[in-house]
Amino acid sequence: MSNQRVLESNHPPATDAARQPITFLEAIREGIREEMERDEQVLVLGEDVGAYGGAFKVTDGLLDRFGEGRVIDTPISEIGFTGAAAGAAHMGMRPIVEMQFIDFIACAFDIITNYIATSRYRGSGPQPIVIRGPCGGGVRGGPFHSQNPEAAFFHTPGLKIVYPATALDAKGLMKSAIRDDDPVLFFEHKWLYRRPQLREAMPPEDHTVPLGRASIHREGRDVTVVTYGAMVHKVLDAARALEETDEISIEVLDLRTLLPLDEETIVDSVQKTNRLLIVHEDTRTGGIAGEIAMRINEAAFEWLDAPILRVTALDTPVPYAPPLEDFFLPQSDDIVSAARYLAGY
Amino acid sequence: MASTSPPPIDIPHQLDRDQLLDLYRYLRLTRGLEERLVSLHRQSKVVGGLFRSLGQEGESVASAFALNRRADGTGDILSPLIRNLGSMLVMGAKPVQVLRQYMAKGDSPTGGKELNIHFTSFQHGYLGQISSLGDLVPIMTGVTLTFKLRGEPRVGMVYVGDGATSTGAFHEGVNFAAVQRCPLVTIIENNGYAYSTPYHKQTAATALVEKAAGYGIPGVQVDGNDVLAVYGAVRAAVDRARAGGGTSMIEVMTYRRKGHAEHDAQPYQPPDEIDKWATTNDPIDRFVAVLRENGWADDPQLEPIDARVEQELDAAVSEAEASPLPDPEDTLSDVYAGETARPHWTRQVPPNPRFV
Ligand SMILES: Cc1ncc(C[n+]2csc(CCOP(=O)(O)OP(=O)(O)O)c2C)c(N)n1
Ligand SMILES: [Mg+2]
Repeated sequence: MSNQRVLESNHPPATDAARQPITFLEAIREGIREEMERDEQVLVLGEDVGAYGGAFKVTDGLLDRFGEGRVIDTPISEIGFTGAAAGAAHMGMRPIVEMQFIDFIACAFDIITNYIATSRYRGSGPQPIVIRGPCGGGVRGGPFHSQNPEAAFFHTPGLKIVYPATALDAKGLMKSAIRDDDPVLFFEHKWLYRRPQLREAMPPEDHTVPLGRASIHREGRDVTVVTYGAMVHKVLDAARALEETDEISIEVLDLRTLLPLDEETIVDSVQKTNRLLIVHEDTRTGGIAGEIAMRINEAAFEWLDAPILRVTALDTPVPYAPPLEDFFLPQSDDIVSAARYLAGY
Repeated sequence: MASTSPPPIDIPHQLDRDQLLDLYRYLRLTRGLEERLVSLHRQSKVVGGLFRSLGQEGESVASAFALNRRADGTGDILSPLIRNLGSMLVMGAKPVQVLRQYMAKGDSPTGGKELNIHFTSFQHGYLGQISSLGDLVPIMTGVTLTFKLRGEPRVGMVYVGDGATSTGAFHEGVNFAAVQRCPLVTIIENNGYAYSTPYHKQTAATALVEKAAGYGIPGVQVDGNDVLAVYGAVRAAVDRARAGGGTSMIEVMTYRRKGHAEHDAQPYQPPDEIDKWATTNDPIDRFVAVLRENGWADDPQLEPIDARVEQELDAAVSEAEASPLPDPEDTLSDVYAGETARPHWTRQVPPNPRFV
């Protein structure tokens, strides 16, 4: 393949069809497709991503559009195809690697953390790779199809981590992740994929969302809740409930990018509400809530009127049975209790 | 009842008629249990995914049948894959346990923590898989290394799909077992597909068994839907392993007639290909034909077995349906020995973050 880069201009016209509300999953696909149109160095690798369109159909249609040279079905070899993506990236390609379930990213942990993440630092050059896949629980997937392994990578300098909660962000962040010159892990909560409530119309223009910027999803005065991924929606449910029952006003901050962390937006919000709750679906110990709390402790301790608290999954593997998984996961009621506790502190 | 005249052809592999009927029973039990699971899945009583082994029951059942099966924790050990329900039943797993697992019941072997046939009984000799493909190869290398180090005359068997042979774990596990001459038999189930990925996109090798040569170990390929051929090949490998001959590999040639899981409409598999296997190469049909043609069993012997299997499954389904779901607090046990994990502070009355 030639090493030339196709620049802009290939944008689909702003037809009405392009502005139909689309799902979270379709938004991710649209982001990938547009970047593949725009830059012929972008290619997709993974198990069953081609003719089958991926286990969740995220890459559906891409093989037909771009052919087998750019949408590559791989053997079941997470080390093999992630490593190959790194090699291709050295040669100027911009690979998008799909983990069929993000749980299996663990198989490629060495290549990602030891090789890819350190490449630039070692003088071997940039690694413009996106490693993406379905994550998260609540779908009765059991211990190996439900995980949120972001914290395992959060600790690795050189990686970026994106975890969107809305269709607009999913598309815009995917496009930015593909254009980014550093390796980006892109977490897609599978529970969000086809939620009808999450359908959104995409703007007709080139829609990107910058990496490293959180968004205030809902403004509030009393308690800041920092969260991301599917939990954004549980927090919003809790915020609406608290508004009605307790007249507590919750500010919901969606991190969108976990690494680099948008400390500034969190600090600004904490300076306004003086109370911080962190909510994540990942387990508690070593989860990223701990890092966020420390950052606020360092940067905004004087503004706090209450301890920083967190609501997370329990420190266990993800159980299969519905009563167990529901017990394990943080629920809206937990967020309500925690926010109420903080508001009354 | 059995005819009194001697069979015209000797039963191979030193099997006797009772064992042939036992094999037949396990084949029926496997297929019947999966059919029950399908209907429970359609009723949403199976809460997770459902994986079928339709058309592959022959190799599962026959390979496990070649092991030394005991219920006291001293026999051989196998580690099954998602399509080896038959192997687990042969080792002594009960249909009601499988049903409870799929239905996430509190009295299932994992108490609702794990799903489908991911469960273990060291007593009966099966070690539950995890989802990460290939991982059980090195694990079984370690199991069988221990047999060797302790001088125990025990053998291990591990199953991998055509797809899972592409993992690093498979390679590292087989290689280590080869170097250590572990009493481990690796069964490669070549069913033509790994999810949607056909064989030729998985490997450039003309046969997966060719990999054995690269590890310096014996390997054979066998017709996976020929129950007695599978039994014979596995029995030879198991006997060799038990006698100190080290590890080996068997590629069983079969076909996945259903989609990867129940949700998969398998558009990538040509319908006439599926049809051909179903109509001309079903392992149970073939086994029954062999039994009849050789005079080893006749319908009056087989039919009561079918009836008993259905009765057993009826009872198992009722029992599993009546089983309770787990208590939510069960989530907290068995992360560490003798400890329970902390529950959510927000669910204490009143909520108290200091006493989590
Ligand atoms: C390491 C790893 N990567 C990906 C998957 C997702 N996955 C589950 S089953 C499967 C296909 C397995 O094919 P094969 O090994 O041939 O076994 P079969 O399903 O045909 O019995 C894939 C890709 C996984 N479980 N583990
Ligand atoms: Mg296969």
